[in-house]
This record gives sequence, C-alpha cells and structure tokens, in this order.
Amino acid sequence: MAERKVVKRRNRHYFLWIGVFWGVLALGIGLLYFSTLKIEYVWRWYRVPQYFLYKANIEIRADIDGDVVSIKPRSSGVIVKVKGPSDSAEYTVPDQSYLRVQEGDHVFPGDIIGTYSKWKPGLLLVGLYTTLKVSIIGIIFGIFIGLVAGLARISENPAFKWWSIVYIEIIRGSPLLVQIFIWYFVLGTLINTLLAKQGLQQLPPIYYGVASLAFFAGAYVAEIVRAGIQSIHRGQMEAARSLGMTYSQAMRYVILPQAFRRILPPLAGQFISLIKDSSLLGIIAIRELTKATREIVTTSLQPFELWFVCALLYLILTFGLSMLMQYLERRFIIT
Amino acid sequence: MIRVENVSKTFFVPHEVKALDDVSCSVKRGEVVVIIGPSGSGKSTLLRCLNRLEYADTGHIYIDGVDVLDPKTDINKLRAEVGMVFQSFNLFPHKTVLENITLAQLIVRKRAKKEAIEKAMFLLEKVGIPEKANVYPDQLSGGQQQRVAIARALAMDPKVMLFDEPTSALDPEMIGEVLDVMKALAQEGMTMVVVTHEMGFAREVADRVIFMDHGKIVEVGTPEHFFTNPEHERTKLFLSQIL
Ligand SMILES: Nc1ncnc2c1ncn2[C@@H]1O[C@H](COP(=O)(O)OP(=O)(O)O)[C@@H](O)[C@H]1O
Ligand SMILES: [Mg+2]
Repeated sequence: MAERKVVKRRNRHYFLWIGVFWGVLALGIGLLYFSTLKIEYVWRWYRVPQYFLYKANIEIRADIDGDVVSIKPRSSGVIVKVKGPSDSAEYTVPDQSYLRVQEGDHVFPGDIIGTYSKWKPGLLLVGLYTTLKVSIIGIIFGIFIGLVAGLARISENPAFKWWSIVYIEIIRGSPLLVQIFIWYFVLGTLINTLLAKQGLQQLPPIYYGVASLAFFAGAYVAEIVRAGIQSIHRGQMEAARSLGMTYSQAMRYVILPQAFRRILPPLAGQFISLIKDSSLLGIIAIRELTKATREIVTTSLQPFELWFVCALLYLILTFGLSMLMQYLERRFIIT
Repeated sequence: MIRVENVSKTFFVPHEVKALDDVSCSVKRGEVVVIIGPSGSGKSTLLRCLNRLEYADTGHIYIDGVDVLDPKTDINKLRAEVGMVFQSFNLFPHKTVLENITLAQLIVRKRAKKEAIEKAMFLLEKVGIPEKANVYPDQLSGGQQQRVAIARALAMDPKVMLFDEPTSALDPEMIGEVLDVMKALAQEGMTMVVVTHEMGFAREVADRVIFMDHGKIVEVGTPEHFFTNPEHERTKLFLSQIL
C-alpha cells in the first residue's frame, strides 16, 4: 500500500520535472544564441553541408600540342586521341556529353578536352573516416596486445609478469599526448631514419599514430582481460586441469570463452574512449575529425557551427557504438 | 593402485595450517575407500594431492606406479587417468551437456568427434539423462549436473575416480540419484576414493573407511568395524555427532 502511494506521488511531479528538464535545456541554448548575437556572430549553417559532400568540377586538359584525330566510345568512356607533330596522347572522358572537343579540332597544352562535375566527400567526412579507421585498427591491435599482456600479467613466470606490469604502469601513468610524441618524434624518427639508411620508404605518421593508440588501449585492455579471467570461478580451471587439459588448453577452451562474455562490455567502453582519444592524433599531422574541423574553421571562419558539428559526429560514433554493444549483449551474452 | 607415503602439506596463506600431517595410506585396484572426518580435517587436500591439484610438500604418491610428485611426470597424462568430481560440479557453463563430456575427449584424448559423441551418449544413458544432451548446465537440477560431471570424468576412461563430497551441495531429494550412479560404478569394479558424509553409502559400498582429523589419519577399517566398535575416542565422537 505504502509503496503504491509513493509511486503515485512521484507520478504527479514527474511531468513537472520533465518540463523543467526541457525548459532548462531550451534556456541554455537560448542564452548561448542570444550572446552570440551580442557579439554579432552570424550563423551560417548552410555552409556546413559542403564539408560533408561537395560537387567538384573535374577538367580533363590536354598536355600536348596537336590535333584530335579520333574519338571512340568504349565501355570505360570516350577515348580521345590527340596527335601532334612529335608525340600523341590519349584521354578518357567518362561520357560523350562531357566532351568539349570535336574530331579535327586543334588543341594546345592546357586546353579543356572534357569537363564534368562529381560528388566528392568533404573534409569532415574524410576526417570522420580517418577517425573511424585509426580507432578500429587501434582497438584490434589493442585487444591483441591486451590479451597477451593480460595473460602475461596473471602468469606465474616472473619475466612475463613483470614485463606486463612495467608496460601497463608506464602506459597508464603517462599522458597519451606524451606517448604520441614519443612514438612520432622519438621512435618515428629512429625508425624512419633507419629505413632511409636502408634505402627503404619511410612510414607515414598514421602508422605511429595507430601504434600509440594500440599500445595505449592495450594496457587498459590487459587490465580488463585480467579482471575478466580472475572473475571466472577457480573451480573451472581445476575441473579443466583435472581432465588432463594443459594450462593453455584450459585457458583457450574453458576460461577465455567465459571471460570474453564478461570482458565485452568494458571492452566496448575502451573502444569508445579510443575514438575520443584519437582526436589527439591531429598534432602529428593525421587528418582525423578534429584536425579536419580545425582546418575547415580556418578557411570557413564559422567556428561555432563546425565545432558543434564535430562534437555531434563524435557523439554519433560513440552513441551508435554503445547501442550496437547493447544489442550484441542482449543477443549473445544472455545464453 | 594408489600409494600415499608420509605426505604432508602446509598452507601458509591466509594463516599457517598443517592440512596434511604425515599421511600414509593405499588403495587397491577395484577398491572403494570412503574418507570421513570433520570439516577442515584435510580430506579435500588429500584428494587434491592425489592428482596434484595441490602439490604435497613432502612424501611420495604413486598412482598405478607413476610418481605423482616427480616434476618430470607428465601430469596432464596422469590427470586424464584420474577422474575427479567436485562438490560444486564445476561444469563448463558455456558448453552444452554433450560438449562438456566431449571437450576433453577431443583435445586431451584426441578422439574422433563421432567416437567422442558416441561415448558421451553412452555415458549419459548410464547416468540416466540422455535427453539432456543438448541443454546447458544451468537448465539442469543440481543432481543432474553432478551426474553430468561424473559422466564427464568417466569419458576419459579413468583408472581411478576421486569424489570430493559429491552430494554436499545437493538438495536432499537429489542425493539418492547421484549415490545410485556411484554405487553402480562401484559394482562395475571402478577404483574409487570418496569423501562424503553419507554414512549409508559408506556402510553399503565402502570396502574400507578412513577417518581423518587435524590432517592425520586417525583410524582405518571396514565399515562394520567403524559403525559397530570404533576404537578411537575422536572417531566415536565424530560418528555420534553425524549419525
Ligand atoms: N588453498 C588453500 N589455502 C589455504 N588453506 C587451505 C587451502 N585449502 C585448504 N586449506 C586449509 O587446510 C585445512 C584442510 O582443508 P580441507 O582439506 O579442505 O578440509 P576438509 O575437506 O576435510 O574440510 C583447512 O584448515 C583449510 O582451511
Ligand atoms: Mg572438503
């Protein structure tokens, strides 16, 4: 009875507080908007979409002096053959309608042979893609590193155990920004110089960026893995060993599959952190979402819109991911 | 079959306990030995030393001539020959009943899948729950889980079976079904070492009873001896409390 009363009373105020919630939210946005008017900021949301997708004009220009001797349709487009006194060249125009020359025309270097426009991904979309790419590769390697380090951490072999502890403590005890600098300016310089000495190609910054993220995530994954394994009842290992399984067989077939189900949710949280942490990679010239936004802001001069959009894009990634995780958990973990 | 000579085992964490204190005993092939004794007397530790889940500090243990405590002994091979059934079942919760019974057959005994499944079904038939082959352990009652655990151990064709209070975690109405499986096993001539508080089982099935207290074997004898005229005061006291 008493319980029912409490519920009823809560119900009466419930909608009031929902009203308060939306009211305060609207007030905050209103105040922000009002103050931007005060400093005469002009909102230009219509300028934002072009940074997602834009129509690029593509011009196919001649680079020799000569006559258009033939125009032949092919499956890949129209092949325009230009023949000059000393050399000849072929140009492919995707469609007949894009052509700006006819057979027999004379062209000079720089003349337009064909022109058309095409949708291209803008800087924001490119940045979003890079962010997603480095995060996914980072977490995949991070999980692998974390699994090895986590297993080493609970190993009875002191060498494995102490390496793992040292690794985890170093990574967790220093700022990611500093780790990125060390990867890029110290290890990167070392490796690239050594590669150059061997006459090999240097590695682009994104390699070092992904490495720093992977090793950073790995330390946290190691602790997640360790906690997950230790949460499995000790009787499981004993039962497996008493059947004659080796330690690694027991780990692989009995302990890890059970631990994995418990590890999955915190692992997803780590992945979400990694997506956000990847915003630091801009400082070593990787054009991820944050760096891309900064570049656009300097050219468009619309910082307010763009930073909000940037934040929103991160939010979509992280929120989408946690929804996906919840779905997967419901599907696979409750069995 | 099993020979235990002057085995001692001390635990230091969380505090110093001499769990086994100079224990010697032996079990002949086909014999059923029941170990009884108050809680904390070292019964589980003795059993766990037999397949080296605990490493005895001193003494010698031989199973079928194999020196258990020799570091050079292939312990996994030995453990495959020694079946163990735990108080808390310890079935693998992420695997079906059938997979529980086939897993070690496949990866330890390296049997073909078909053979392993046939063996598993045969054993499930034997423990009386063939219809549960494809369910997960958490859908079974405690008694059914323990019978699956027995089948899982038997699937390795062990020479010895060790039971550590197999019915202590069960509701009273399920104890009988597990004991029946164990009795049938004893009748087939399986060598068994059973830690239990089920005195009816001891009286009916045991060839010998061992009474332990404070890490020592206090008294050994036939069930008749134990339940009619026990020698030691400690034994009398314990039996009077439990019967
Ligand atoms: N893994 C362990 N670590 C520390 N002490 C233990 C451990 N296992 C058993 N003991 C101690 O050893 C003694 C004997 O335990 P146990 O063999 O489990 O007795 P029983 O099975 O007869 O109840 C107890 O005092 C117990 O607390
Ligand atoms: Mg015990």
